[in-house]
Amino acid sequence: MEEQLTTVETAMQLGLLIEEFEKIKGLLGRTPNFTELSAFSVMWSEHCCYKSSILWLKKLPKSSPRMLAEAGEENAGLVDIGNGLACAFKIESHNHPSAIEPYQGAATGVGGINRDIFTMGARPIALLNTLRFGDINLEKTKHLLRGVVKGIGDYGNAFGVPTVGGEVYFDSSYNTNPLVNAFSAGIVETDKVASAIALGVGNPVFIVGSATGKDGIHGAAFASKDITEDSAKDLPSVQVGDPFQEKLLLEATLEVIATKNVVGIQDMGAAGIICSSSEMSAKGEHGMDIDLDKVPLRQENMLPFEILLSESQERMLVVVEKGKEQEILDIFDKWDLNCAEIGTVTESSNVRFFQKGELVADIPANALVLGGDAPIYEHSYTEPDYFQQYKQFKTEDVPEPTDYAEVAQFLMKHPNIVSRQWIYEQYDSMVGTANASTNSPADAAVVHVKGADQAIVITVDCNGRYVQADPKIGAMIAVCESARNVVCAGGDPVAITNNLNFGNPYNQEVYWQFVQSVKGIIEACEKLETPVTGGNVSFYNQASTVSKEGGNVTNAVLPTPTIGMLGLMDNLEHRMTLDFKNVGDIIYVIGEPKNDIAGSEYLTSYHNFKESSAPHFDLEAEYDLQQTVKALIRDKQIQSAHDISDGGLFITLAESAMPRDLGFSILTTFDEIDVRKDAFLFGESQSRVVVTIKAEDQDRFEDFMKEQSVPFFEVGVVTVSDFKVDTHVLMTTEEAKDVYNNTLGRHMDGGLAHA
Amino acid sequence: MKFGVIVFPGSNCDDDMVYVLGKLMQQDVVKLWHKDHDLQGCDFLVVPGGFAYGDYLRAGAIARFSPIMESVIAHAQNGGNVMGICNGFQILTEAGLLPGALLQNNNQKYVCKNIYLKPQTTDTLFTRQLNAEQAYKIPIAHGEGRYHASPEILKQLNDNNQVLFRYCDQDGNINETANPNGSLENIAGISNEGRNVFGMMPHPERASDNLLGNTDGRKFFESVIGQVLV
Repeated sequence: MEEQLTTVETAMQLGLLIEEFEKIKGLLGRTPNFTELSAFSVMWSEHCCYKSSILWLKKLPKSSPRMLAEAGEENAGLVDIGNGLACAFKIESHNHPSAIEPYQGAATGVGGINRDIFTMGARPIALLNTLRFGDINLEKTKHLLRGVVKGIGDYGNAFGVPTVGGEVYFDSSYNTNPLVNAFSAGIVETDKVASAIALGVGNPVFIVGSATGKDGIHGAAFASKDITEDSAKDLPSVQVGDPFQEKLLLEATLEVIATKNVVGIQDMGAAGIICSSSEMSAKGEHGMDIDLDKVPLRQENMLPFEILLSESQERMLVVVEKGKEQEILDIFDKWDLNCAEIGTVTESSNVRFFQKGELVADIPANALVLGGDAPIYEHSYTEPDYFQQYKQFKTEDVPEPTDYAEVAQFLMKHPNIVSRQWIYEQYDSMVGTANASTNSPADAAVVHVKGADQAIVITVDCNGRYVQADPKIGAMIAVCESARNVVCAGGDPVAITNNLNFGNPYNQEVYWQFVQSVKGIIEACEKLETPVTGGNVSFYNQASTVSKEGGNVTNAVLPTPTIGMLGLMDNLEHRMTLDFKNVGDIIYVIGEPKNDIAGSEYLTSYHNFKESSAPHFDLEAEYDLQQTVKALIRDKQIQSAHDISDGGLFITLAESAMPRDLGFSILTTFDEIDVRKDAFLFGESQSRVVVTIKAEDQDRFEDFMKEQSVPFFEVGVVTVSDFKVDTHVLMTTEEAKDVYNNTLGRHMDGGLAHA
Repeated sequence: MKFGVIVFPGSNCDDDMVYVLGKLMQQDVVKLWHKDHDLQGCDFLVVPGGFAYGDYLRAGAIARFSPIMESVIAHAQNGGNVMGICNGFQILTEAGLLPGALLQNNNQKYVCKNIYLKPQTTDTLFTRQLNAEQAYKIPIAHGEGRYHASPEILKQLNDNNQVLFRYCDQDGNINETANPNGSLENIAGISNEGRNVFGMMPHPERASDNLLGNTDGRKFFESVIGQVLV
């Protein structure tokens, strides 16, 4: 065994705490050598072991009769969708790499999340992503946006899985630290699910896929500290992606799993070989002996710690049934991929690594992993002062606008509201010929499950501004909006995955935001009966920059607990779309309008007033609304459904009118509704949906609605070619389409340098 | 008619093509592996979309050297039918089965969206049931789709009626704004002189399933098989 022992100074340089170094010595019963200490430093990083979040994550609801793999059990959650099929789905962040190398950072984010899906035996069928960038007028923001979009596109397009939706927001809090969260959903036959486990003493262990290089070493540790101006020096921590290798790895992996000779398989992402080998061993309560000389390398003379920690992409660790080696080798040979037998499963509970015949590291697998001896921290938290202050906000304090056409124009071209066409046209959204949303826009993506008469309905949602204003309510809104979107597209919300993006967890106010958000997710998921199947926590999303005066300024990003919702549509007849269908159809709002502009894009951007509470929200009202909309769709009573979110009722109506070049005419004053005109048009109070019905269905619709507990009212009618409010034309459809569809492109490709 | 869909490492529209030909068009269809020479008795070969061999050098540049392409070229030279879609079109031009080349889109970006196509001739197996006055809504998805050819080749294509499709607007007007990638004369698809090899950048297989809300692409396959399926 390597003689050179480590000191507490080395441990701290690797990002470990003094008490963690002491704990490692206790677990090993001796002082670790450098290779071993490196292993602990990545495995005990926030990114790998969730030490600052796991206590709270354990409180999330995890169970439902549909759950085949609950959160934390496998690489992704697994939901039974009937017909002998299951859906594996998960969201994961690649924020830190994308901050310094947007193209590769985003590309490898897409690669990593897909490996989590196909390592379970599932074929990915749809991707979503959620992106956050800073002020769009900054050149740096445009650079990051271009790189991230090209990275996602180049990887997903070549890999051959469609990107079917997503969301993008711009806010100056993300100027230095963008967020890049990638979601993937795959389908697997329930009898072909693979597990990330090592079992059977003597079974051979293979490494397959790309060769191992020096890229991405300490990537997990890098992801577990603040982004600073010096972060560019961490560039070697960023991995490099190869979608072609990933495509081959996908096909070969699914073929190998189908042979039923695979005992266990896990992809290599963060922390590379050390992570896969220790997690699979700990799960199987076995050990592994690995010969590092047999690992295919990209360069000579790699040190043991480099091989163990390398985050080279497009690799898997596979435990195969002894005697079936040749079948596995043949399949990887067919796909021209590396497949090297590097070790065996052992009876011990240690992972042991050898180089040139020498034992270079010997660690109990359980000591390294989450759920084993990895540290767990309970951080203290404090309610920030701003919270109560924001709550004092009153709509009455803000003057009503005099020119509503000007407000309408302003919002129609706001970067947070306009069409994301410039982005999504760079993604292949149609490969797989299963994306049913291409020609039929809806609040959530509807993706056909081939071979079964059903579809998955998926969406990602989070409004960080609401979460900042009130983390608990904001997180509840994120869950409920994602469910509402699924319902409006005709699906049944089934389960969620979440990506909790926050600042530094040692900041008590940041940690308070995290804790409150988790509480909000718990409450909303319990009400909607949508368990959390897993996901990802990304802390340290903040930028420490040097101020003009020379001091350090640290700012956390808006707290952004992104929700990825999986819904199911078991009857394809239940599909619903958001576009108005015919002139003369009657427009209704379901849900109660409130005299509330809190948290709205209108208040924040038009009035430049950023210190308000979250919009009005009531979980019971939300639940009732969703049940009612679901019933209306099943009953075939409505022609379109679109939920009211960013920009309020006016933007919702505009988005429904534009696809078929239609318009609308509405009124804003009603006897029974006492709401200011700006709140009526642009307020973002929650739990409201716009639906249209044919004139001849009006009596039936009203009779049905009177039986429900949810308020509703007729707001106007679908017209030919303009947006009319109280008989005044605020915009023509043509004007609206021009700014809505082209503004983002004008920002990015010129013509709107500093609009 | 028996169809063969060529599978290169990195092909990613092969399953979509098999689905449309086999399940929707009810044809006999097999996949043909790039390392093989055997065409398994197929009459009509399809080179599908994707990123064959990763396309890191130049789209289609490596695929043309694969074992199966020797058989595909021989099949075409014997008058057999070969159709290339998207990356398949790029590969067929690299292999010399179709004239011209596909260059990077003029806006330097990959683009995926619905566009409109106008058939320029109905005098091929592939276009015989199409309406030359109609604009067909078909998706594109490519980064290198700008058709380019020398003036001599272009003249030959036009003189011999080898241009199969041009990009047009919703109303069938062939103009610059309807050209999504800067292709010469809005060319979206061509045939060889013998009218047995076809290539096009748009994806008719992505517009063939009722569930996707657009079936304009079915007509292309119905032309090939010579019947209309409900």
